Amino acid sequence: MSAPFALLSNASSLPWEEVPRLPVDGFVKATAEELGRNARLCSLFAMPDGTGTCLVAVLAFDADNTLAVGRSAAFSGGYPSLTARHPQAHLFEREIREQHGLVPEGHPWLKPVRKGGGGAPLNGEFFRVDGSEIHEVAVGPVHAGIIEPGHFRFQCAGEEVLHLEIALGYQHRGVEEALGDGPHRATRCQMETVSGDATTAHATAYATVLESLAGTEAPLRAQWLRAVALELERLANHTGDMGALAGDVAFLPTASACGKIRGDFLNLTAMICGNRFGRGLVVPGGCGHDLEPGRTARLRDGLAAALADVEQAGAWFWDAASVRARFEGTGTVFPAQAAEIGMVGPAARASGLVRDVRYDHPSGWFRFAQLPVAVWPSGDVFARARVRSLEIQRSGEFLLEQLASPADGPVREDLPEPAPDTLAVALVEGWRGEVCHVAVTGGSGRFRRYKITDPSFHNWTGLALALRGTAISDFPICNKSFNLSYCGFDL
Amino acid sequence: MFVLDTITHRLKRGCETMSFPDGPPPALPDRHGGTLKVDATLCADGCTACVPVCPTEAVTRPCGKPVSLDLGRCIFCAACVGACPTRAITQTGDHRAAVRRRDDLVLGAPGAEEARLADALDTKLRRLFGRSLRLRQVSAGGCAACEADTNVLGTIGWDLSRFGIQFVASPRHADGLLITGPVTNNMEIALRKTYDAVPGPKIVIAVGACAIAGGPFVGHPEVRNGADALLPVDLYIPGCPPHPLTILDGLLRLLDRLEKK
Repeated sequence: MSAPFALLSNASSLPWEEVPRLPVDGFVKATAEELGRNARLCSLFAMPDGTGTCLVAVLAFDADNTLAVGRSAAFSGGYPSLTARHPQAHLFEREIREQHGLVPEGHPWLKPVRKGGGGAPLNGEFFRVDGSEIHEVAVGPVHAGIIEPGHFRFQCAGEEVLHLEIALGYQHRGVEEALGDGPHRATRCQMETVSGDATTAHATAYATVLESLAGTEAPLRAQWLRAVALELERLANHTGDMGALAGDVAFLPTASACGKIRGDFLNLTAMICGNRFGRGLVVPGGCGHDLEPGRTARLRDGLAAALADVEQAGAWFWDAASVRARFEGTGTVFPAQAAEIGMVGPAARASGLVRDVRYDHPSGWFRFAQLPVAVWPSGDVFARARVRSLEIQRSGEFLLEQLASPADGPVREDLPEPAPDTLAVALVEGWRGEVCHVAVTGGSGRFRRYKITDPSFHNWTGLALALRGTAISDFPICNKSFNLSYCGFDL
Repeated sequence: MFVLDTITHRLKRGCETMSFPDGPPPALPDRHGGTLKVDATLCADGCTACVPVCPTEAVTRPCGKPVSLDLGRCIFCAACVGACPTRAITQTGDHRAAVRRRDDLVLGAPGAEEARLADALDTKLRRLFGRSLRLRQVSAGGCAACEADTNVLGTIGWDLSRFGIQFVASPRHADGLLITGPVTNNMEIALRKTYDAVPGPKIVIAVGACAIAGGPFVGHPEVRNGADALLPVDLYIPGCPPHPLTILDGLLRLLDRLEKK
């Protein structure tokens, strides 16, 4: 029997015929075995195949810097659930059931992900804890702040949260559905708004997929500029999160300062492309704007000033015992839990997991310029704040270095047509973690299936686990310490 | 020691709130380009170069008619500006773009070269809201960019509360809604309930291309193509997302808080 998975590296493609195909039982078994050998599930999805539907899995072997992809033969009806053995598959299997009607037999909690009976996602049973002292708290979808909608259902004994269930789907805009037979005219701007505060990460993943389907890559200077924009995005969002965390523990100096400094970082992105969120910067084939020397110098000056400000604002906050005391031991996700549910990004690194796409699966400019991975072992709000703080420092140093030594050459080249009957995978370490885009083209080179996995898809369960045994009044601070995307999850 | 340090640093930084609207507005980034202007008299006969490049189909030119650009749908990518051989569509560099009526965003007809900027509320509503406006924000499929650039108005640089405008936690405390996102089917009930919970008289503000017309998601079966499919909208602020200055201008214009020039 041939190997159940084909190996490939990040940002590369493979003829669809060369993706190994197993009967579905064997496919699930082989996937479970690889997950048991420390592989990580980047994406698992289904797509129509002939008269039936097939499953496709993308796995990551982080220590080997390798990805693996496999698929099942077409089938219909049910298949043995992977979730019972590997909880990191639980949302993927729920999603597959919702999108394609394939039933993972033995899945312990087979609810819809984004849709419900009557169109609203709330139409489903919530897990309930029974007992005379137990009460239930329902929050959302409309929340108190200026924030996206989602529903949180807490089971509490007094102040203590025994269980939190998170019901999303309110933001579902039909992103993947619209990609069939794509790319279309609006596709690039839809990719930029999959999760609007991670525009560069998703736009880079999309551009990389199209480039590897075309058998080429973006010019070096474009790869350099994409890396600059990605780290600016990380700086802006991490700074905003530090401010929000400070605000939630009533430490106002850092809260006020970070709110403004975040804007300074966004304005640096706008200096490159005119838009504070990087819209129009990353395009398939390269970048939509260039950074001429005078502009680079201005960017560097602005960056140095903003970095000094954020360093100062962070120092106020880390020096304050009252802040540290509020953060320590709050909302802990233990390393074993984080690994089991497949967490990614800063939240995973704050639970001691060394996983960072820029380091494990470097593509683009990160093959030539590296950043140290920021890890903290304690898994609590403190750790998630600390990892952000470290990443601000390291991204800042990286950017100052990179801006001093730009790559030469053009910033954009014409992109050949995508290859027919090909699968391409791109992972990008966005500020929330691993953004995974997978495309499969049909005979005409158009998309047969395009699968987007936002880091939030892996991490929402982490927030639910963080709340167990925590006071319900700590929910805001736990939520902000993750700061996950609703629309990136809902698509 | 840190308390003293913190206070010292804070004092050193001084007041960081911008002088606008008393002083000049902060400069837009040079590559932002501001809003758009259409002079259809410059269009070459039969030229439709701008039509296919628009990702949201905001630009149309029906046979024999002048070109029409709907700023409500526009995501300000300026692809049409680049494609136009006769400079009929140009960027103005102006941050002001908010309007009161949906039609005021449609450019191209004679006399409608630019957006017809918003008038203030009528006297009665201005008396009620002019010095104190409380808004409840509802994201209904928004991507977090419009939300972020609305949120930023509350930071020390912009300090929205100096105008008496605040975002509140409950619709019961609000004078109106500020809506972002294309209004997904899954948010329809929640949006309606939130609107119903706001005591009258109340206003609705739609921020961003999605909330005005569906934005990049226009025509998807999962969205309602904007807030006015459900609710009466009093102010449209276009952009993807609108610059914070554009949002602030719209709010102040509505409350008649800008000096007449």
